[in-house]
Amino acid sequence: MSKLFSDENKAAFTSPLNLNNPIAVQVLGICSALAVTSQLKPAIVMGLSVTVITAFSNVIISLLRKTIPNRIRIIVQLVVVAALVTIVSQLLKAYVYDVSVQLSVYVGLIITNCILMGRLEAFAMQNGPWASFLDGIGNGLAMPGFWW
Amino acid sequence: MAKKFICEQCGQTFEAASKPDKCPICGADASKIKEVKSKGVNTNSNVYTVLYASVMVIIVAFLLAFVASALKETQDANVANDTKGQILSALGYDKDAIDVAAVFAEKVQDNLLENRELKPYEGKFNTSYGALIKNGELHVFTSTTADGTPAYVIPVVGRGLWGGLWGYIALSAMVPGEVLGTYFYHESETAGLGARIGEKWFQDQFIGKPVFDEDGEIALTVVKAGSAQKETEVDGVTGATLTSNGVAAMIKDGLTIYDDVFSIGTGETTEEMMTVVSTMVNGEIVSSDTTIVTNGCEEECESVNVEQ
Repeated sequence: MSKLFSDENKAAFTSPLNLNNPIAVQVLGICSALAVTSQLKPAIVMGLSVTVITAFSNVIISLLRKTIPNRIRIIVQLVVVAALVTIVSQLLKAYVYDVSVQLSVYVGLIITNCILMGRLEAFAMQNGPWASFLDGIGNGLAMPGFWW
Repeated sequence: MAKKFICEQCGQTFEAASKPDKCPICGADASKIKEVKSKGVNTNSNVYTVLYASVMVIIVAFLLAFVASALKETQDANVANDTKGQILSALGYDKDAIDVAAVFAEKVQDNLLENRELKPYEGKFNTSYGALIKNGELHVFTSTTADGTPAYVIPVVGRGLWGGLWGYIALSAMVPGEVLGTYFYHESETAGLGARIGEKWFQDQFIGKPVFDEDGEIALTVVKAGSAQKETEVDGVTGATLTSNGVAAMIKDGLTIYDDVFSIGTGETTEEMMTVVSTMVNGEIVSSDTTIVTNGCEEECESVNVEQ
């Protein structure tokens, strides 16, 4: 347990919420942050979607990081993110239809959200799956965290 | 290139051009010496890169196909429910406050319009009417509005600035050509501008409007915001002229295609019907809200309209 929540892992989770906030400090991913946060419900759904997608794409890329050919690593990251985004958008359409109508194109635009690509390239390519997962959750929550 | 070998007796590894007869460290014989296959493939080689990309794409494709087909039923149900909500919305119901599926099943009948007759439609509920209208399959929903007036709801489709528009127009079954309510929505109009055709204030402007002008022509239209003067004119959305024009064209096309709806069950064509309506108007047997002011006067009426 102590190893799971070592200082380093804790830092991976908390620093994006605070000092390294990707939206307020690093100014990443603000398009989607500004686009959907005028109302609470879409903002929460968007925040959760980004969190889930960042966390899982971080884990997947982190698991694959030793096998990914260096020359196409951005493409591999994009494919993983795009697949996850498509799945999330399908799930939204199936289970929270009215929210998916409100979010419209912005769910698809998560693919190009800089937070995701930034974390994949900067963190998941160098770190293990668990640390990457925490980092992804932290950075995903940074969006609601920023407003809070 | 030197190959790598391991001696199973002493556990030492060493490099050599080819398999030696005995271990150079402990002297064990050749049977104990095994070649070590270089661990991990070269992740930068072309073959590896291409294979990696192909396998990844295939896996992702299967995954997405699986998810899409697994969720299709729920999604279709949502879309159908949403469409029913839109039809009820045109009838004056608040679709967020009612059980759409139940109210729709109870109050609305899906019909096909053929030769000025309505035939009950028993097939699967459609969620998109563009292609059907093009093929001449004209659906008309018979129902009553939220406050009880019998109505025909017709689907209309058109094009806005960026993408498709669609809507439902509820027409009175009692007074030919009176609009009882509308619902419009869009694929991708500009948020805050064209997208406002989906808002209630815009749609409610149509309530009580007559479809026909004094000459019995289809005249219901959307004009520049703030310039609506005639009975048949409705204010457009400021800053969204092209979307507003799209709505106007959609309404006109829809009503033209559906003009038989105005003479359902009479056996007369719409033109014949309209003569009846205009005689009614001239004889001042005008129904409640549809005040098409024509008392055989041309210039006077215009001036009256301008004053309004």
